[in-house]
Amino acid sequence: MTGKVSIAQDRFGLGARPDQLVEGDPQEWLLAQFGRYDPAPAMIAAEPSSKKMLGRLIAYRIERGEMRRAAQRRQREAMETGAMASGEDAMMEEPASNQSRRQLHTSYATGAAARVSSALSTDAPFVERMVHFWANHFAVSADKGTVTPLVASYEFEAIRPHVLGSFRDMLQAAVLHPAMLNYLDQTQSIGPGSQMAVRVANRVRRNGTRREIGLNENLAREIMELHTLGVRSGYTQNDVTEFARALTGWTIAGFGGGRNARNQNGEPGEIVFNTRLHEPGARTILGKRYAEDGRRQSLAVLDDLAKSPATARFVATKLARHFAADEPPASMIARLEQAYLQSDGDLPTVYRALITSSEPWTEANAKFRNPWDWTIASLRAVGLDRMPGRRAALNAFTQLGQPVWRPGSPAGFADLASEWAGPGALIARVEYAQQIARRVGNDMDARQLAQNLMADKLNPETMQAIRRAESPGTGLALMIASPEFMRR
Amino acid sequence: MTIALSRRRLLGAAGLAGASMALPGMAFAQAATAKRLVFVIQRGAADGLAIMPPMGDPDLMRLRAGLTETEATPLDSMFALHPSLGVVSKMFANGEARGYHAIATDYRNRSHFDGQNVLESAASRPYELPTGWMGRLLPLLSPDDARALAMVPAVPLALRGEMTVSTYANNRLPDASEDLMQRLTMLYEADTELAPLWTEAVKTKEMAGDIGGNNGRNGGELGKLAAALMNGPEAARVMMIETGGWDTHSAQKRRLSQQLNGLDTLISELKLGLGDAWSETLVIVATEFGRTAAINGTGGSDHGTASAALVLGGNLGPGPKVIANWPGLAADKLYQGRDLAPTMHFGEMATAELSRHYRLDAAKVSAIFGA
Repeated sequence: MTGKVSIAQDRFGLGARPDQLVEGDPQEWLLAQFGRYDPAPAMIAAEPSSKKMLGRLIAYRIERGEMRRAAQRRQREAMETGAMASGEDAMMEEPASNQSRRQLHTSYATGAAARVSSALSTDAPFVERMVHFWANHFAVSADKGTVTPLVASYEFEAIRPHVLGSFRDMLQAAVLHPAMLNYLDQTQSIGPGSQMAVRVANRVRRNGTRREIGLNENLAREIMELHTLGVRSGYTQNDVTEFARALTGWTIAGFGGGRNARNQNGEPGEIVFNTRLHEPGARTILGKRYAEDGRRQSLAVLDDLAKSPATARFVATKLARHFAADEPPASMIARLEQAYLQSDGDLPTVYRALITSSEPWTEANAKFRNPWDWTIASLRAVGLDRMPGRRAALNAFTQLGQPVWRPGSPAGFADLASEWAGPGALIARVEYAQQIARRVGNDMDARQLAQNLMADKLNPETMQAIRRAESPGTGLALMIASPEFMRR
Repeated sequence: MTIALSRRRLLGAAGLAGASMALPGMAFAQAATAKRLVFVIQRGAADGLAIMPPMGDPDLMRLRAGLTETEATPLDSMFALHPSLGVVSKMFANGEARGYHAIATDYRNRSHFDGQNVLESAASRPYELPTGWMGRLLPLLSPDDARALAMVPAVPLALRGEMTVSTYANNRLPDASEDLMQRLTMLYEADTELAPLWTEAVKTKEMAGDIGGNNGRNGGELGKLAAALMNGPEAARVMMIETGGWDTHSAQKRRLSQQLNGLDTLISELKLGLGDAWSETLVIVATEFGRTAAINGTGGSDHGTASAALVLGGNLGPGPKVIANWPGLAADKLYQGRDLAPTMHFGEMATAELSRHYRLDAAKVSAIFGA
């Protein structure tokens, strides 16, 4: 059993589908996908843009603010007149706000459903896998309220169009997407010496306090640690702080409300560089001086980070871990690193080096599937094009331990078996396998399906268990929960 | 025809190994006491300076007036407790809680993920050790006391070691059929990675029983669930509970109040659920590192160095309410001019508490922490 077909379908792709089996040479099958990948298939093109969602988010925040002020006013008036505030008034206004909030969350659910649907039906599953890989590399998490409505558009706008482009372009698109700016607090970071900070510092409020505004280094640190150079690659606290200063100015027009928002040039929801928030002056980062150049100052830093050998190594290591083994082979890391450096971060060149490397092709089942991979592979195996029901799409991933776009940390989900292979996780998969089987199982012949999908990696024991199962449904559940299917 | 085995019988039929192991375990249960240990990890760098503010330090209000709760409960002449920790403050009054301050691991950089790796492994640098301090503690305990469980789908680093550890992740998926369970038991038997996980899964599933309806979302539910999973003669005695949401870069005051309210409820429910066993329970609450001494530009704080840890339990013995060699918050006393300087090692605190709790030789315990 060489397992080359299964490796192409399962490890590089998203799991075998009965109507899309590998024909001919497995490596050629993968390389040909570059030409047919669709960055915006219909179900994704139908989803609202970040600009639209930001418009709604800004409107919601204004509406909520007005409601709060109105409630405070009523309370004040009630206290002045000695009357109780009418509960009826409050109840009349609350639902409008709830409705807007629901609308904001709906785009997360429909976006996740579109992501699943695209992963199930795509005929370029390797490229689609790379979309998931990069979205997790440049992770944002929907458990932050200002990210939830934007998280789907983030993947669709910042990752999908660049997955066959250059790392540099993807980095810039990811870092300057509103979802990332909100997630890592960039919209609140203001240069301590900027025009805005100086003005605020001189203004005393009626109650005698001053508003505190200033630098937030969250985005700068995570770009260096998680997106480009990698942790412990030699940058210092000072580099982080200097980079944070260079990044000040990038924000979302109309966001934050009040005078601050009105003063930003640009349509509400647009990403703008506001010089009034920018820390003036030259910056020194990793020993290189960057002259004051407005928005171009931080863009130049980003370009240099994308070119850095540390970035090449960091990205090569993550790719090798994803496609070869949890402990990635040094030979493969070195090869990918070279491909990255020689092509100036051209991603198709790096993918070609990946696909033509020998290391991922030597051992079938070397990687334990994470819950996303396993679920998508299960649904592809039974030929579904979408998950039944919008809510189910989200709940199932949460119950299996990997909620869609909700890694909970900017490091994204881990790519190690030890993170996913646990007793609780295993039982949840078995229960989900049974659920899929209950839905479609009795219409399918799992014996035939297992032969078709896993021909070159199916163990005789699994085949025997499927054959002896009490029902076709149980047979299908056994296939999906089998040791071979748990891995890719 | 298939024989429908009950899950209990399936467990018994899993092999003679299971049956023979039950005997010494039961014998031990009568002789030894039932010590319990709970590690509540605060992922994201919890702000020790806000949780246990040093109200007696003259520099506190200069640096972080906007982060400090003025109505904090005084603990001694220097330290106070965040007002959202109401139940914990009563525990302090009853000698059931102890604080440690200016505490840190060996890790001195500011990456969450590296910091948590060191907190869990108790190594001197990230990714040095593949096992965790709890995982290395288990072999020192009696077999009954060493039954460990993590409330997450996979075993966290802190619990990894030579002993088997269960995990319990709450989910609302319907139960799998007996036929499927039985066939999978056979199918996984030959798989060295999946077989032990499956055995644990089947066992844990049985014990979780009627509490499957809890969703574990808020602290109270989590505390209740943890207590339920630690009750009963065959239940876990060592437990790790994950909490996140401590990375308060902005709007810290409000967010931290909510976080600490959740932690307070968790501990309250845990104590309530454990009942009499609380007198034999030690709870350690700790984070990977602290946060900057000064408030940042967005009403929050950034990644720092030393933080505070809490220890709770029904039998903590005598001692001061807060143990700290306070370095002070003056500009020249801060670590790298920005963070609370560490003056006590996490391993030192853990060694003292664990050796007292389990009546173990301190030298043996400190070896777990590399000392």
